Amino acid sequence: MTAALEVRGLTTRFETRGGDVTAVNNVSFSVEKGRILGLVGESGSGKSVTGFSILGLIDPPGEVCAGEVLVDGNDLRKLSDEDMRKMRGNRVAMVFQDPMMTLNPVLRVGDQMAMAVRVHRKMSKAEAWEESRKALDTVGIPSPEERLRAYPHQLSGGMRQRVAIAMALLHSPAVIIADEATTALDVSIQGQILAEVRDLADRTGAAIVWITHDLAVVSSLADDICVMYAGRIVERGTAEQVIGQPRHPYTKGLLDSIPARHEPGTPLPQIPGSTPQLSRLPSGCPFRPRCPRATEVCATEPPVVTVDGQTVLCHHPLERT
Amino acid sequence: MSETLIPGGNTLAVPAAPPAETRVMRMRNFWSDYRRSWVAIAALIVIVALIVGSFGAPWLVPQDPYDLANLDWLDAFLPPGTEGSGGYVHILGTDNAGRDMLSAILYGLRTSFVIGISAGALALTVGITIGLTAAYFGGRIEAFLMRIVDLQLSMPAILLALVMVAMLGQGVAQIILALVVAQYAYFARTTHGAASVERRKDYIEAARSTPLPTRRIMFKHLLPNVLPPLIVVATVQVASAISLEATLSFLGVGLPLTEPSLGTLISNGFKYIHAGRPWLSIYPGLFLMVTVVAINLVGDQVRTVIDPRNSR
Amino acid sequence: MTDPILKIDHVSKRFTRMPGLAERWVGKLTGGGKPVVVHALSDVSLEVTKREVLGIVGESGCGKSTLGRVVAGIYAPSDGSVTLHGKPIAREHGGNVDKLTTQVQMIHQDPFASLNPRMKVGETLAEGPRHHKIIPANQVRERMRELLEKVGLEGAYADRLPHQFSGGQRQRVAIARALAMEPEVLVLDEAVASLDVSIQAQVLNLFMDLRRDLGLTALFISHDLSVVRHVCDRVAIMYLGRLVELAPADELYAEPKHPYTQALFASVPTVGTGKGRFEAIKGEIPSPIDPPPGCAFHPRCPFAGPRCRAEVPRLTGAGTARTVACHLNDGGVEMKTEAAA
Repeated sequence: MTAALEVRGLTTRFETRGGDVTAVNNVSFSVEKGRILGLVGESGSGKSVTGFSILGLIDPPGEVCAGEVLVDGNDLRKLSDEDMRKMRGNRVAMVFQDPMMTLNPVLRVGDQMAMAVRVHRKMSKAEAWEESRKALDTVGIPSPEERLRAYPHQLSGGMRQRVAIAMALLHSPAVIIADEATTALDVSIQGQILAEVRDLADRTGAAIVWITHDLAVVSSLADDICVMYAGRIVERGTAEQVIGQPRHPYTKGLLDSIPARHEPGTPLPQIPGSTPQLSRLPSGCPFRPRCPRATEVCATEPPVVTVDGQTVLCHHPLERT
Repeated sequence: MSETLIPGGNTLAVPAAPPAETRVMRMRNFWSDYRRSWVAIAALIVIVALIVGSFGAPWLVPQDPYDLANLDWLDAFLPPGTEGSGGYVHILGTDNAGRDMLSAILYGLRTSFVIGISAGALALTVGITIGLTAAYFGGRIEAFLMRIVDLQLSMPAILLALVMVAMLGQGVAQIILALVVAQYAYFARTTHGAASVERRKDYIEAARSTPLPTRRIMFKHLLPNVLPPLIVVATVQVASAISLEATLSFLGVGLPLTEPSLGTLISNGFKYIHAGRPWLSIYPGLFLMVTVVAINLVGDQVRTVIDPRNSR
Repeated sequence: MTDPILKIDHVSKRFTRMPGLAERWVGKLTGGGKPVVVHALSDVSLEVTKREVLGIVGESGCGKSTLGRVVAGIYAPSDGSVTLHGKPIAREHGGNVDKLTTQVQMIHQDPFASLNPRMKVGETLAEGPRHHKIIPANQVRERMRELLEKVGLEGAYADRLPHQFSGGQRQRVAIARALAMEPEVLVLDEAVASLDVSIQAQVLNLFMDLRRDLGLTALFISHDLSVVRHVCDRVAIMYLGRLVELAPADELYAEPKHPYTQALFASVPTVGTGKGRFEAIKGEIPSPIDPPPGCAFHPRCPFAGPRCRAEVPRLTGAGTARTVACHLNDGGVEMKTEAAA
C-alpha cells in the first residue's frame, strides 16, 4: 500500500540575528490512507514548522532547504506556486489552532464555504451551498442549514473549529494537517471533535497529521506517533509501541512526567533543564544535556535504530522488555 | 527501573540562563538595526551637525547677528559669498540690516531647537499623565479625558496655537506654552492607546493584587511599557513643533523681530523675494526643511527598529 | 477538621456591560441597547482549612477564574463575602476594591504576561515586601536571593529581565513573587497550563515541595483533572458559575456523583487507554449571559427530568465532606416527574 503522504529528509532553516537556525532537521515519515499520525513535541520542537513546511507556507527569513514531500506520488516542493495553490485546500488541507485563521469574519459561513468549493470545481452556487451543507453534516454539526447562514462570530469556539474542519474536508483531500486544532477548546468539546476526526479518517480514507503537544490526545487518537525534539524526529512507531514501550529517553521522560501515572502527592519524575533553544544546541544528540543515559559518545550524531518498525534516534535506546 | 528519570527535588539541574543582557548590549543591538538604512544614518548626521552648529554658534560664527553693535548698514544686502566690512566672507549673504545670514540662521535654529524640544518634552509629560490616568482608571474618568482629547484632535493644531498666542502674547515661553496646548493631545492619545492594551495584561493585575500603590503601578509598571511608541511620536512632534513655531513667527504672531528665529528670518526675507534677493528667504527655509525632514527620517527608522514585528 | 481560615460565603459576581451612547439610541428603535449582564458566579460557598489545597475544576465560563480573582481581591463580589480569619479580604469603596489584604497572593497562568517585561526580576520580587514593610529594608536583597534559590533559581538571576528566562523559569519567578509577600493563602490560576509537559512536572514538584516546607494553603484552579488529582486534597467542580460537586479528591475520582462530573471524567483523553474512547458530552456549554433555567446542566444531561428544568438544585449534604448539587441525589428526578405528570 502506498502512503498518501510521504515526507523525506525535510529540512527548514530560519535566518536570525544569532545565525541560521534549523527548525526542522531531516524529518521523514509517511502516513497511509485512513490513518492518523500524531506529531508530538514541546514548544520549539519544530512540529508546527513541519506542518507549514509540508504545505509550502514558509516565508522568509525561513526556507525549506531540503527534502521531498510526496502526495499521491507527486513532490509538492517541485510544483510551481500556481500548482501548489491548486493543491492546497484541494488535495492537501490544513486546520489551525485558531479557526479564525481559516474563516473570514465578514462573510457568512455558507458563502465562504461555497466560494471555497467553486475555487476548485465548476458548479452553481446552489450546488456549492448543498455541498457545504453536506460537509457540515459530516463533522456532526447540528442543524447545518442554520449554521450556513450564520457569521463566524455567532458560533462558539468549538463550532467554529468544526466549520474549519468541514472546510478542510470540502474537496475530500488526501491529506489533512491539523496544528493544535483542539488545544484552545474545552475538554468536553475536544472529546466531541476527536471522536469525529477518528470517524472521518475511517470513513473518508483521508490521511491525517495531528500536530499537538498533548500526549494524551495523540495516545487516544493516533495510529502512529512521531515524537519531535529540537527539530528532529527522535522516535517513530505505532501508538502502542511509542506509548507502551518508549525507547527514546526523551519519550520515556515525557510519559513519566504525566501526573495521572503516579500516586497522588508523590514527586513526579521530571526531565531536568528546560526546552532547548534552537540557536544554542549542543553537538550530537540535542537531548544530551538533559538525558540520564547520556555518555561521551552522545556528543556525536546519534544513529537511527529500528526494531519492528519502531525507529529511535539514539546512542543508548531503552531496551525492549 | 533504571530508566526512570531523575526524581523530584526542585533545585536540581536548572540550567544557567543565557548571560545577562546588559544595557550596552541592547544599545548595540539597537544600533546594528538602526544603521541598516543609510538614509537614516545621513539624517542622524545632519541633525547632530545642526545641533552642534546651532548651539555652538556663538563660537563658530564671526558675528552675533542680534547684537546691534556688530551690524553695519553698509553691509546690507550683500549677495552670498561677498566679503563684508568685517573682513570675512558672508557665505550666505546678508540681510537688510547687514546681518550675516549664516550666523542669523544658526542662532535662529538654536531657538527653534530649544522651543521644539522643550515644547515636545512638556507636551509629552502632560500627554503621558492624561493618557495613563485615563487608561488606568477607565470608566468616567477615561470617557471625560479622552473626549476632551478627541475634541482637540479634531481641530487643526495651528488654529489652537494661533488662539493661544493671541491670548498669551509674544515670547519664547508663550510660544512653548501654546505649542504644548496644541500638541499634548497627540501624546495623550498615543499613551492611552498603548496603555489600554498593557493595562489588561496579567502583570498589572499581579501588581494590583499584591497590592501596590496606584502611582507605583502607573509609573513603574505601565509607563516603561508604553514608552517606546511614545519616543517615536515625540521625535515627530519635535519636528512639528519646530515648523509650527516657524509658521507662527512667519505670520508675525510668534517671536518678536528682535529674537532670532527661522520663521522671522523667512518672514523678513519674504519682502525681498521678488526684489532680486531671494536668498534672504530661501536659505532659512532650506534649513527649516532639512531639519524637519531629518528629524522625521530618524523617527521613522527608530519606529522600524523598535517594532517587534521587525525584530529578527 | 480544623476551623476554616478562608470562607467564601454565598458569593455571586455579575459583570455588567453598559451599552454605549450610540447603542442606546439605536436600541430605542430596535428594542435592544440594554445592559448585558454576565452571571460569572452564582451563590458559591466554600471553606478552606489551614494547609489545605482545594482544587477548582471546570470548563470555560464555569467561573473558576472569576472565583480565584474574587478570592485574590481583584474583583469585589457582587453579593456575599470572602473572609480570611473572619476579616474581609477586600474592602469595597464605590464599586472598586479599596483596601486589600496582602495575605492572599495569586499566581497567573501565563508567565510571559504576568511579569513586567521591563523590570528586573529582583525588583519585581522586592517591591511588594518593601512597600508593605514585610522584610526590613536592609535585608531585602539577601532575602530575594534566598527566595530565588528556594524556587530553584540562582540568586544571581535577580539582575536579569524576564525575557532572559524560559517559561518554566518565569513561572518559578512568579511563584517567588507570591511567596515574597509571605501570604497565608495562594491562588494558582491554571499555573501550569501553559507550560510544556516536561516543565510542568518540575513546577508541580516545586509546588509540592514548597507546600510541604511552608505549610501552604492554596486554591488550585485548573481544567486538568490529572494535575488536580495529583496535588489537591479536596476538589470543587464548577459549571456555569455554580458549584456542582465538592468532595475529597480520592473519593471524587473514585466515584463522581454529579452527571456533569461523570461526563467530564469520561471525555478526558488519557495516555494509554487505547484509541477512540471519548464518551463525549453532547451539546455546547451555554452562555453565562443567558444561563438555562433550573439546573444549568440539564440541556446536556442524560438523566434530566422536568424538575431539573424548573428548579435549581441545592447542594446536599452541606457540612459533610461530600456535597452534590443534583436532584438525582436528593430524592430523585423520577418522583418529582411522576408528581408533575
